[in-house]
Amino acid sequence: MEQTALKIQNLGIGYTSRVVAQHINFTLIPGELCAIVGVNGIGKSTLLRSIAGLQPHLKGTVEIRQKPFEKQAVSERAKEIALVLTEPPATRNLTVRELITLGRQPHTNWWGTLTKADTTKIRESMALFSLEELASRKCFELSDGQLQRVLIARAMAQDTPIILLDEPTTHLDLSHKVEIFKRLQQLAHVHHKTILFTTHEIDLAIQLCDKMLILDGKENPFAAPCELIEKGCFESLFPSELVTFDAATGSFKLKK
Amino acid sequence: MVSYRFRFLVLVFILLAAWMLNVSLGSVAIPLQATLSSLFGQPLEQASWEYIITQYRLPKALTAILVGGGLSLSGLLMQTLFRNPLAGPFVLGISSGASLGAALLLMGSALLGQLIFCDFSLVVAASVGSFLVLLVVLLVANQVRDTMTLLIIGLMFGSITAAIVSVLAYFSNAEQLQRFIFWSYGSVGSLSWHQNSILGGLVLVGIVLSVVSIKSLNALLLGEHYAQSLGVSLKRSKLLIIIATGLLAGSITAFAGPIAFVGLAVPHLTRQLFSTMEHKVLIPAVFLYGAVLMLLCDAIAQLPTAAQVLPINAITSLVGAPVVIWLLVRKRKMLF
Repeated sequence: MEQTALKIQNLGIGYTSRVVAQHINFTLIPGELCAIVGVNGIGKSTLLRSIAGLQPHLKGTVEIRQKPFEKQAVSERAKEIALVLTEPPATRNLTVRELITLGRQPHTNWWGTLTKADTTKIRESMALFSLEELASRKCFELSDGQLQRVLIARAMAQDTPIILLDEPTTHLDLSHKVEIFKRLQQLAHVHHKTILFTTHEIDLAIQLCDKMLILDGKENPFAAPCELIEKGCFESLFPSELVTFDAATGSFKLKK
Repeated sequence: MVSYRFRFLVLVFILLAAWMLNVSLGSVAIPLQATLSSLFGQPLEQASWEYIITQYRLPKALTAILVGGGLSLSGLLMQTLFRNPLAGPFVLGISSGASLGAALLLMGSALLGQLIFCDFSLVVAASVGSFLVLLVVLLVANQVRDTMTLLIIGLMFGSITAAIVSVLAYFSNAEQLQRFIFWSYGSVGSLSWHQNSILGGLVLVGIVLSVVSIKSLNALLLGEHYAQSLGVSLKRSKLLIIIATGLLAGSITAFAGPIAFVGLAVPHLTRQLFSTMEHKVLIPAVFLYGAVLMLLCDAIAQLPTAAQVLPINAITSLVGAPVVIWLLVRKRKMLF
């Protein structure tokens, strides 16, 4: 049996005062690209944050590369999971290189000394996302699409087997959306990263992802996109009086 | 790091020059030559000059360096910690907290019963006051994510303390009031060598804690969530940074009075010179820059050759406030 990268069993997430989502089950192996879809407020971001350890779990188990979540220290987990959030970096006064360099923190000593391996990784990540020319630009000078590339490159520099991304394509136009998705697919298939991201671009995700998790507040089905289409899981995603799902093309249509 | 070596050299040189200037100027005109030879340990022709230099001007210059550098460093820490370019010991109400502590001690002692006055009761009172306010601000900062709200809350703290202080002032006698007013003007000239060594020790602890926190400070530039995902233990590193900030701002305000604008303005001025956010560069640079600025402000406040001394607080505000306005106008939005 192949090793699992991420194993989630019967996970319940949210706050002590309010359960956001529960009965979440899925397993990912190295090199898989997986999208989490669902309506606004269903708990997509909360799920990512819970897996990353930014929020406590209410119940269930999370295993990161066969290791129970609870047995990992924060510093250890930083070598397993890299994160790209919707919130912009707190300061935009960092240069691109400085920001990507921060990705090496889990691997450096207390003083943050960069070894040769660190600088190589930083250079590779920048090259992978064609950021060499932007290296000394400040983040506030970048466009949204460029900033997103920088943030993903930072996660890449962190050199973790798993990367979690929260809505990596919001605020981007179609071509940049596709570009980011293509790069994520490349990271998964060529670099064998396990990539889990939330998105509202369901039709693009259907075309690109290996697996998809639909958060619907009930069953939370998880499978390959075509299986989910066959089962008709997408039809019930949105109110049927507004949009319908066309199984033949794998896209949503407005109801006229 | 290497590319900033030259700038650091220049800054150290300027610091030495500012120190020389500060020591050689004062209400009693002492020739530069005499000052120099005194510094190199040669006996002076006039014993009073020697006394003025070793017992008054040198400790004053040291205090100025500690106060300017320490306040600027605490401002840098606060700006990173609160992700807010306008954060500083004065804006966030830390100085107001110290004022309140000092006011309660100096003017409220009639209400609290006669406290034993010693040299350090004022220091302790002001430090406790600033630490308490820092803790409250931190609690509030965890509740509100919005940076503007935090600043307004800091301002409100300032108003509350001002109100309490004026009530206390109303009920206190002229002598108590005078003591408090003089403390609130700020001064770097009233510390003995002994007090200087205590302040220096506290500032040193603050610097050490900041240096230990460099890695987490850098991670916090991305925001708390990102810092956590990079393996930073938030609780521990935030606590360290807060203790460092409180030690620096609290002890300095206690010894030298509430000194405005240095903590807020110097980190921004430094970033004009060192275009980086890396704390390994910024921490020493900000300290040096702040020390230089304070030495110069103090030299102005001494009104060379005149007998009067201007309140240092007025000078730093006159220098600092236009700088902040200029930064806001020129850069449109201030970045930290």
